[in-house]
Amino acid sequence: MPKLPAPPLPKSLKPKPKRPGEGNGNGNGNGAVGLSHPVAEAGVSAVDWIDERTSLSGGIRWMLFRKVPRGVNWFYTLGSATMFAFLSQAVTGVFLAMYYRPDATGGAYESMRYITDQAFLGQFVRGMHKWGSSVMVILIFLHMARTFFFGAYKYPREMTWIIGVVLLILTMAMSFTGYLLPFDQRAYWATIVGVNINGTGPFIGPYLSDFLRAGPEFGATTLSRFYAIHMLLLPGLIIALIGAHLWLITKLGISAPPWLKGEPDPELEQTEV
Amino acid sequence: MNQAEKEAYLREYSILKNQGKPFFPYIVAKDAVMAVVVMAVIIFLSLYLGAELGPKADPTTTTYVPRPEWYFFFLFEVLRVVKPPAFTPFATIGVPTICMILLFLLPFYDRSPERRIERRPVALVSGIAVILAIAYLTYEGAAAGSPNQVDMKAPSTLTAAQVKTFDAGKLVVGQSGCLACHKLGENGNDGPGPQLTHIGSKLRPAAIAQTLYNPTAPMPSFKGLAQQYPQKFNDLVGFLSELQ
Ligand code: HEC
Ligand code: HEM
Repeated sequence: MPKLPAPPLPKSLKPKPKRPGEGNGNGNGNGAVGLSHPVAEAGVSAVDWIDERTSLSGGIRWMLFRKVPRGVNWFYTLGSATMFAFLSQAVTGVFLAMYYRPDATGGAYESMRYITDQAFLGQFVRGMHKWGSSVMVILIFLHMARTFFFGAYKYPREMTWIIGVVLLILTMAMSFTGYLLPFDQRAYWATIVGVNINGTGPFIGPYLSDFLRAGPEFGATTLSRFYAIHMLLLPGLIIALIGAHLWLITKLGISAPPWLKGEPDPELEQTEV
Repeated sequence: MNQAEKEAYLREYSILKNQGKPFFPYIVAKDAVMAVVVMAVIIFLSLYLGAELGPKADPTTTTYVPRPEWYFFFLFEVLRVVKPPAFTPFATIGVPTICMILLFLLPFYDRSPERRIERRPVALVSGIAVILAIAYLTYEGAAAGSPNQVDMKAPSTLTAAQVKTFDAGKLVVGQSGCLACHKLGENGNDGPGPQLTHIGSKLRPAAIAQTLYNPTAPMPSFKGLAQQYPQKFNDLVGFLSELQ
């Protein structure tokens, strides 16, 4: 039976070696439940079975057990915090979509009323989605500021930065398209003005606002168009790009804090060969 | 960065990386703590501030001042600051587009190998300037009043019938959110639209009605109001043309 390699755990988490005389008597003394234990064996062979067919364990090990440079601090958690806020938006968004009807002529506003006033925990979930968007926007700006001030966009991480800028634009587009969906007065008028502002843009401006409105006038299909963009097109792009962002980060390694100097390990220098 | 600098960076980075700790569990633990904090903040905001739903959208009148989500305030404020209509496209699309292009190309025009922010004076100053500018514009945008009332006295030269139109039209202006973009006397915001305090002496009623039908962006069209409530629309135009 092949054995999965031991993960590089901190000392305190590693299983203590058994003292002589203790243990299950299989004599290897490493304290792990012997592989002969039927329950453990079932777990390992299930993992094994999957791994034999997918070779996933290599990728997972590459992702999880890579080293992260010395001195990485709390500022480095802002990226994953942004991702977490996005996941929260995705989950609460799915719940809202179960009740929401993108029907401008009657339905959209009423379904929002239902969610807000009647559905079980409806206002709570809607509140999480609404305030979660603010939290995500704040976090994405903080994360961008972190990478900017740490010079993390420099060689070899230029592509990570560029994908990040696209993610920023998509996030802002998410909040713009989401703002219309409750279809109350504020949503409607703010969106009209927003689309008009788009329309003043050079060259593609008028086409962009025609595309958003689904025609020259703000009509019944405008709402379903915003809805489709908000819950299918943009999230799909964002998920794909977060994947690319994370792949690049894992491949290139997270940048070290710029104030650290990398001196070779003195022990290595002194060791006589 | 030239080839030598790139190699020097990679060498130094691989040393620092080798002295570091594995991603799992050290970084994962920190990220998890942060995730719990983020979740707690979102739940707190949701419970504490809730999510209100305003009155249903009504294309015929805006009883609401068109206001974007707070993190777009700074864009709206750029609009307000850049006055002349000829520059409006520049403010609305030009400034954000230029900012985005500058962001995109950042790794290409900032090519020095230096990463410590205290030795990158240009980056430090421009970074802080951008943050201050966005904070200031957001604050101004948030502070910009959104009253839905127009406090103006009818001029004494008007006849009794004209005063009636004046007062009725004043109400419609208040309800329709014009004050978000226009200044009338002491009311409303000075921009992005021009002042309307003396609009009656500049445009004839037909021209005002035409503007309301087919305005230049970003002003919304009030055609819906004209079709649904012609009386209100006439009061509105009457009121504006009495502002001599
Ligand atoms: C979203 C902002 C916005 C709102 C809301 C808005 N306007 Fe405007 N308005 C503008 C802008 C910007 C212009 C300038 C357009 C131009 O000059 O090309 C303008 C121009 C005008 C003009 C022509 C002024 C001139 O000197 O030529 C009139 C009249 C006018 N608006 C009336 C109104 C009225 C009445 C309302 C409310 C019912 C209103 N506006 C609501 C932004 C707005
Ligand atoms: C949906 C939005 C985003 C998500 C989920 C995300 C996620 C992440 C994560 C998890 C990291 C790992 C390191 C860290 O947390 O700091 C990271 C790194 C990075 N991100 Fe983002 N990010 C987003 C948006 C952005 C934006 C808007 C930018 C900049 C324009 C950006 C630029 C970078 C760069 C340059 C790195 C490499 C940092 C380094 O190696 O030190 N990201 N991102």
